[in-house]
Amino acid sequence: MDKRVTFKSLWLAGALIAPQMLLVFVFFYWPASQAFYWAFTTQPPFGGVNEWVGLQNFREIFADRVYWNSVQVSVLFAVASTTLSIVMSLVLAVAVDRQLTGYRTYRFVLFWPYAIAAPAVGLAFRFIFAPQAGFMAALNDAFPGLWNPAVNGGHAMALIVFANSWKMVAYNFIFFLAGLQSIPRSLLEAAAMDGSSVVRRVFDIQLPLLAPTFFFLLVINITETFVDSFGIVDITTGGGPARATDLMVFKIYSDGFKALDYSMAAAQSIVLMTLVVCLTFIQFRFVERKIHYK
Amino acid sequence: MQIKSLFAGAATLLALASAGSAEAQNRIKFDYWYGLTGQLGEIMEAHCKRFNESQTKYEAVCVGQGGYDTAEQNTIAAYRSRQHPTLVQIYDAGTVNFMLSGAIYPANKLVDDFKLNVDWKDYFPGVANYYATSKGDMWSFPYNSSTALMYWNKDAWAKIGKTTAPATIEEWFGDLRKMKAAGVECAFAFDYDTWMPLEQFSAIHNQPIATKNNGYDGLDAELVFNKTKFADYMKDWKKLLDEGVARIQTAQVGKTALQAFSDGSCASFLSSVASHGVVQATAVPTLNWGLAMLPVYEGFTRQNSLVGGASLWIMSGKSQQEYEAAAAYLQFIAKADEALWMSTVTGYIPITNSAFKFLNEVGFYNNPKFAGRELAIQSLTATPPSPLSRGIRLGNFTQIRAEIRSELEAAFTGRKDMQVALDDAAARGNQILRRFEQTMRGRQLP
Repeated sequence: MDKRVTFKSLWLAGALIAPQMLLVFVFFYWPASQAFYWAFTTQPPFGGVNEWVGLQNFREIFADRVYWNSVQVSVLFAVASTTLSIVMSLVLAVAVDRQLTGYRTYRFVLFWPYAIAAPAVGLAFRFIFAPQAGFMAALNDAFPGLWNPAVNGGHAMALIVFANSWKMVAYNFIFFLAGLQSIPRSLLEAAAMDGSSVVRRVFDIQLPLLAPTFFFLLVINITETFVDSFGIVDITTGGGPARATDLMVFKIYSDGFKALDYSMAAAQSIVLMTLVVCLTFIQFRFVERKIHYK
Repeated sequence: MQIKSLFAGAATLLALASAGSAEAQNRIKFDYWYGLTGQLGEIMEAHCKRFNESQTKYEAVCVGQGGYDTAEQNTIAAYRSRQHPTLVQIYDAGTVNFMLSGAIYPANKLVDDFKLNVDWKDYFPGVANYYATSKGDMWSFPYNSSTALMYWNKDAWAKIGKTTAPATIEEWFGDLRKMKAAGVECAFAFDYDTWMPLEQFSAIHNQPIATKNNGYDGLDAELVFNKTKFADYMKDWKKLLDEGVARIQTAQVGKTALQAFSDGSCASFLSSVASHGVVQATAVPTLNWGLAMLPVYEGFTRQNSLVGGASLWIMSGKSQQEYEAAAAYLQFIAKADEALWMSTVTGYIPITNSAFKFLNEVGFYNNPKFAGRELAIQSLTATPPSPLSRGIRLGNFTQIRAEIRSELEAAFTGRKDMQVALDDAAARGNQILRRFEQTMRGRQLP
């Protein structure tokens, strides 16, 4: 049974969606089409004559080991940061759902980090994890050489993973909590009366029923790490040391705005856009349909 | 559309209404964008204010852009939508982009068109040559200028019984090792900034960074720094780092090299003379320190060092009145009094012979607060510029710097052999140059 409003006049419908379409056109289709054009040409910084170069920009990207390094780094970052934030937020949501002491405060406070802009998160983490001046300096004094993201690429990656997961935990937490609260209490109570422990109930009842939320968050988190991690990287590591945190989106920025090579940046953003479109497609095609409350 | 014309109508009305008010309100305005930030950004703002207060005919509307690189990016974006300023401060590395942009009004043309009183020969050759075209024409006005110097901690040197700064690199490195043995934790702090170790080093040793006279003679230049004395220099730094004599100090570590020097934890570092004021303001009170020219390897005669900083570019497509106002500003800041003011409130150096003479006459360098800064002029004017020490004119040099930086990071952290890293950096840099050449096809370096 479909409930939908039908308009007799197409003009009215058109007029009603026009403002939205205008926004989408101005802020998405127009820039995207420009990027598409630039990706197949060479675009001088101050404008002027574009020279058609066909697939040359894409060929150069795919032949560039630095580009593949940034792909590798991005995938590692996406997997690590998504795993960490999903696991952390799940634990927190289960705890709040069990109404442990102080859960009201936590429910309220835990969402805050998501409201903080990425560069601010980056700045905070840069100070906290600075090897010679921050909180980590004390640990470094006790164990020399324990932590130095300016020199060690692994440490730098860990730093941006922590920062990004901390931000995403807040977002995931709300969805998990909502998911948990929509599970009928009677199921849990019945299991409890049968004598199953808290952990058993989580794994056998709550987690399977959370599957749709889980997959939704998985896709959202991965997409987010690909497109929205610029602020953190820019402030904490600047893509270094030795490109250890040179994420795809950061490389687009440095090629486009620092290097003023607009065409190369445009070609890379087309690749990234395709990737995100694929992820979104997976979400709609498979996740939303198949796992919907089986 | 309608709303826009309504606004335009209102603006016209307002303009008509204000036309009758006091003449002083009716100044000719022009937009000026600057890149410097922080304390130096405030000085830029103050310079505009001094100009606006010095006369009643013109008004400079000055807007900080939050960084040299963003000033360049914003100007480009603004130019593409025809919203650009009349005057803009562009850093040394952006010179080549602006020369090839087709978007500027060459400085020498402005001087001729408006009959300005500018003596190009008065500029220090090291300053003028850097910004000049290959034919020697000045397309921009050199402005805030500096060069690199060594900052050394006199107390640390006293521990090894020395009272003078080292003159050669061999002597310097020997001193550093002795200091380490004498219990100085960190004898030398460095970051990955290529300006001192690559650009200044290559100039004072008269070593090429790229073919075609560092790019001045054509866009088809190729990088060669991986095969010059610079490679040995970096290998020596790596040894110092491995021996625990030197230390990497960046913002990510928690302290920049400057901060590590100012709080006394590291005994020497290389930086721009423009940092002189900053070190002075932030140094711990007990710090006993001095300036010295960058040391040179034995067997090399010192060449002039490079000027760093920014120059002022005039953009095309503005009204005659705006150019007139900008010209008045450029004349104003070139005055000897203004050079004195600039050197007093910042670490920047005077850039003309006459201004330097004036500063000497008023006893500027006898003031203990500024003593030592004359070394920057000495270093800059050590010799007349050679084809290799006049400057660097390479496309997209900002990105080449970034490539070198990340390869140096790999080498200094031990993930790559230094020579391999430098070869890789040169190869990647050459790719950037070829792309730049392709993007600029059909354009010639002036």
